[in-house]
Amino acid sequence: MTHVESIDVLEPAGDAAGKSAAARELPEQASAPAKFDCSGVNVHYGRNHAIKNVTLKIYDRSVTALIGPSGCGKTTFLRVLNRMNDTIEGARVTGRILIDGQNVYDKTVDPVQLRARVGMVFQKPNPFPKSIYDNVAYGPRIHGLAESASALDGIVEDALRRAGLWEEVKDRLAMPATSLSGGQQQRLVIARAIAIHPEVILMDEPCSALDPIATARIEELIDEISRQYCIIIVTHSMAQAARVSKQTAFFNMGELVEYGETTRVFTNPDDPRTQDYITGRFG
Amino acid sequence: MTHIVTSYASELETLSSSVTQMGGLVEAQLSDVMDAVARRDLALARKVIDLDARIDVYNHEIEADVMNLLALRQPVAIDLRETVCAMKIAHELERIGDLAKNIAKRALVISQQEPLRALNGVIRMGRISLMRVSDVLNAYAQRNVAQAKSVWGADDEIDELYNSLFAEILSAMMEDASAVNACTQLAFVAKNFERVGDHATNIAESVHFLLVGEYLDELRPKGDVTSLTTVPKPDDKAPDPEDKEQP
Repeated sequence: MTHVESIDVLEPAGDAAGKSAAARELPEQASAPAKFDCSGVNVHYGRNHAIKNVTLKIYDRSVTALIGPSGCGKTTFLRVLNRMNDTIEGARVTGRILIDGQNVYDKTVDPVQLRARVGMVFQKPNPFPKSIYDNVAYGPRIHGLAESASALDGIVEDALRRAGLWEEVKDRLAMPATSLSGGQQQRLVIARAIAIHPEVILMDEPCSALDPIATARIEELIDEISRQYCIIIVTHSMAQAARVSKQTAFFNMGELVEYGETTRVFTNPDDPRTQDYITGRFG
Repeated sequence: MTHIVTSYASELETLSSSVTQMGGLVEAQLSDVMDAVARRDLALARKVIDLDARIDVYNHEIEADVMNLLALRQPVAIDLRETVCAMKIAHELERIGDLAKNIAKRALVISQQEPLRALNGVIRMGRISLMRVSDVLNAYAQRNVAQAKSVWGADDEIDELYNSLFAEILSAMMEDASAVNACTQLAFVAKNFERVGDHATNIAESVHFLLVGEYLDELRPKGDVTSLTTVPKPDDKAPDPEDKEQP
């Protein structure tokens, strides 16, 4: 793991800075508590200014989609939320990112504990080269969540059930995880994330390597677990963002161009850049 | 700003030009049916009746195109509104076509009767409703929000004309029982023109939604009070048309 060059945490200087560019807050949810409250977030990779002064709130028990062209900063922003950028050399994060009011980049925050709260699912399913059972049991074991073998069995079963995979794998838990299909592996990875009871699940194009049936199962799963978790999904599929999310944020060239209710963004976007992108137009 | 996928862009263009063409047919139908009523031209009335089948074909083709766009392109934002509004407008135009056809059928009957004084007013009403349809179709073709909104707000004029015509036709029936047949037909013709105005208003709402993305949510003033209009009996006080509580 490479250390981050430096992490400056800037408190916004009063209201002016906090409300600069665009303080993105959904009007109808303005009173609801935000899981993440981000203001004035900037990310640099060396000279590359990847995220430019992004301010938005992300709500709990809800699915938020991040969309935008390749290189727009959406994955970078996702990785800011659980300090995955800490591992990238030359990455510098400034601004304020609060999770339940606590600063994610505070020196007292342990990134490992943070990532237990904020789990992540990647584009390609990445099961460990272990059995199906051990993949799910891995997290609870290292975090000491199970007091006995039977308690661990219970946690594994519960996670696999919630990921909609239990019926398919209950008779072959000792088989290598790599023997599963791509879609099953992705659900296994989600089960692995769920097993340590996270609060947030970040998903970086979780269905881009899956066929439509496996994609539908993941989307059903996202819908199911969004009642308990805050889910933030990066997707290149406009149709998927429209199907699964309640809020959509459109990023372009490092800027947050538009953030709002998904139904509104996809029927009547405010910004012409959003419209051009989601309808497939060019200048 | 044009689509990256040119075939998608051309499908959307084809859709909106189909709606415009269908609108042109409906305008011609309305204009012809007015002439048919005014000049007692039975051949023209029959032509209007026949034209309706072509308008229905347009409506079905537009519906099919919309279904294909939704299924195959999954349009969003302006493209979604373009697609959905095309179907809504085509439906309104199809209804206007049906009303014109109905007027043409009544024109065949009216032509057999003695000419009525109220006919001039009905023709005037027809002209105004045709003007509304033309204006709203121009607003659609030229993407003109202001024009759509002005059609939407101008329906009162037709309603007021209709109210006074309705009373006039009722009086004509009272005066001359032999005119009841023609008067009844004429009252329906007037009602149909009034409905044409309503459909033009609905199209104006769709054009506004297409261009702005929001519904016209203000309450549009409703001017048709003929449901409250009766012929005064001797010694009877006329009901106040403004008082909607009165039965």
